[in-house]
Amino acid sequence: MSALKIKKGSTKHSAYNLRPDFSDVTETHTLAVVVDNEAGVLARVIGLFSGRGYNIDSLTVAETDHEGHRSRITIVTTGTPQVIEQIKAQLGRIVPVHEVHDLTVEGPSVERELALLKVSGTGEKRVEALRLADIFRANVMDSTLESFIFEITGTPDKIDAFAQLMGPLGLIEVARTGVAALSRGQ
Amino acid sequence: MVVQALRDQGVDVVFGYPGGAVLPIYDEIFQQNDIRHVLVRHEQGAVHAAEGYARSTGKPGVVLVTSGPGATNAVTGITDALMDSIPLVVLSGQVPTFMIGNDAFQEADTVGITRACTKHNWLVKDTANLSGTIHEAFHVATTGRPGPVLVDIPKDVQFASSTYTPPQKAKTSHYQPPVKGDLDAITELVEAIEKAKKPIIYTGGGVINSGTAASQLLRELVDSTDFPVTSTLMGLGAYPGTGKNWLGMLGMHGLYEANMAMHDCDLMINIGARFDDRITGLVSAFSPNSKKAHIDIDPSSVNKVIRVDIPIIGDVGHVLEDILKIWKSRGRKTDKEGLKGWWARIEEWKKIDCLSFKQTGPVIKPQYALHRLEELTRNHDRYICTEVGQHQMWAAQYLTFNDPNRWMTSGGLGTMGYGLPASVGVQMAHPEALVINVAGEASWLMNMQEMGTAVQFRLPVKQFIMNNERLGMVRQWQELLHGERYSQSWSEALPDFVKLAEAFGCKGIKVDNPDDLDEAIREMLAYDGPVILDCLVEKHENCFPMIPSGEAHNKMLLGEAKTKDAIGSSGAVLV
Ligand SMILES: Cc1ncc(C[n+]2csc(CCOP(=O)(O)OP(=O)(O)O)c2C)c(N)n1
Ligand SMILES: [Mg+2]
Repeated sequence: MSALKIKKGSTKHSAYNLRPDFSDVTETHTLAVVVDNEAGVLARVIGLFSGRGYNIDSLTVAETDHEGHRSRITIVTTGTPQVIEQIKAQLGRIVPVHEVHDLTVEGPSVERELALLKVSGTGEKRVEALRLADIFRANVMDSTLESFIFEITGTPDKIDAFAQLMGPLGLIEVARTGVAALSRGQ
Repeated sequence: MVVQALRDQGVDVVFGYPGGAVLPIYDEIFQQNDIRHVLVRHEQGAVHAAEGYARSTGKPGVVLVTSGPGATNAVTGITDALMDSIPLVVLSGQVPTFMIGNDAFQEADTVGITRACTKHNWLVKDTANLSGTIHEAFHVATTGRPGPVLVDIPKDVQFASSTYTPPQKAKTSHYQPPVKGDLDAITELVEAIEKAKKPIIYTGGGVINSGTAASQLLRELVDSTDFPVTSTLMGLGAYPGTGKNWLGMLGMHGLYEANMAMHDCDLMINIGARFDDRITGLVSAFSPNSKKAHIDIDPSSVNKVIRVDIPIIGDVGHVLEDILKIWKSRGRKTDKEGLKGWWARIEEWKKIDCLSFKQTGPVIKPQYALHRLEELTRNHDRYICTEVGQHQMWAAQYLTFNDPNRWMTSGGLGTMGYGLPASVGVQMAHPEALVINVAGEASWLMNMQEMGTAVQFRLPVKQFIMNNERLGMVRQWQELLHGERYSQSWSEALPDFVKLAEAFGCKGIKVDNPDDLDEAIREMLAYDGPVILDCLVEKHENCFPMIPSGEAHNKMLLGEAKTKDAIGSSGAVLV
């Protein structure tokens, strides 16, 4: 991991220390939080955000290491640099939290989200939906005479764009997973 | 199993209240003599008593309550301990595992309810994990920044048997916050110490929590650098109140010289305090020209409120040791000339004599009452608890604390009803000591049932009630902020405290005249048992100095003069 890896309790925990001053500009950060896969851990993380008034733009969680009993929570959050630093420090304080990584400052990372979109239509609109899906490399997972379910994977922006295009073509339902992310390289 | 685990953790006293869901544990308690159980009168009292025990000994306090209402009654105390970083282990009974979620009799989602007010909590679903979890709970409560933890134990888990996990085998390795500070940062601080012309050391409860060695190291640092030192409410006693570099408490009701020095300093060394809003006042005007260092074991305390230049994450004791080592090895330098000028300014501020008062007339001034209490108890082995309100601030201002762990007060949460049960816990830990609860009449009534506990366990706690027949602190704010409209801040229909004492089976004394005060205090001290002293004081006295909400340190109000309209409308929304 990069030099800014945040270990619980380390003195140099704070990338904020590198900043000149409190800034009011909000930033969006993607955090990867490695936790013990135990009862209540997600409630602790979510309770922290609601209790202290932080934003959650997206949140995904699943067990990633069955033997080690670990889960990985990926949180996309928005706040001023000071708030982002607080969020990381507060997450680090939760006893079953093992690691907190700020993928946004720890060098390049890959972020992906999966979405399912149900689009209903006939005739020209149906053909156009299929053509656009092809351009976006979305797969058809299910189809009836009047509808498709597309599966698309990509950055949240790409999914936003695809959903927007599908709107006038008969988009009726969307399910999104939220972002999963990993830092690049070693 | 539970009692065995407590015994192996060195527990000698448990504060609790039984009920259906903890009967198996009470049965275990019945059949042994190593651990004393103090039967309180309300679960909130159990938690505050455990806080008093913990704060006055440095050991974790232990609480045992039943499910449902037992657990919910404990919530205020647990939150209080969280805010003031007091190590507690709360054991709660729960309905049997197979009934959880069925809205069973006396079921409450205790881990859900206490998730936000504990450092960590556990629901034990398997007896095989019970003793290990209790050991882990003690570890988490006392390691890093201390705090309350809760272990919820369903009744079937209490009944079942399993092999016992000794403390050494318990899972604790995953939670080990580092205690040593970063040496580069410490060196940077030492350089700042060498250069500072107007330094101040600002200490907090973290110094007390770090242990007596930390207070000793603080004294060494202050005395060898000759820096002035002030403290938050929670840190009183870390540096002696009679020490020559002591400026007194700082903050909203802190001393003039302490707040002025905070405002004008060029180097602020925060040791185990957290820039609480009672301390900083208006954040944007807080000590505008100083370099700030912050020593704290909790990374989330750093840069939370005030941006600091030198953050040092670590245990106060360890960090102070390294500071002293490095500073000495570099030749023990300070800017002596600069310091001389700084002390001269501080002496000027001290001349204001912000705590001066005049006892005139036939009514006891609260300041005078505490002044006499101080004089007459100074040489005792003394522990002070307080309730919350004006009397609490006056106690912090007028009593002297020369040692750590001698001052038990509810700081972060400001919980009325804390003091009486806390005094019970302190007296349990120190049976021979003089334990006084400086109380307001309104706060005291909130947990007055604990007087029964004091009588039952022959705990000679002295309840020094400064009775102004008012919710004094509320009344003061209404006078200053709400156009003297005293909405609901009267203590109406007060009991006769002397008769109340008699009803509880202890001694009651009433005093309402300054000439009789000394005699009343002496009588209280001389009585071998719990005493309620009803000390009637001036009803409309205000607590000064005061930094109005939303103002800077140098905008302190000093006396009755010109206090009206002193708080701007933006300050009025603050608490
Ligand atoms: C449980 C709780 N409820 C309300 C308050 C708000 N409050 C703070 S001080 C105070 C008045 C306390 O009155 P008293 O105990 O008589 O002390 P005094 O200020 O008169 O010395 C009140 C109501 C509180 N701190 N705690
Ligand atoms: Mg009162």
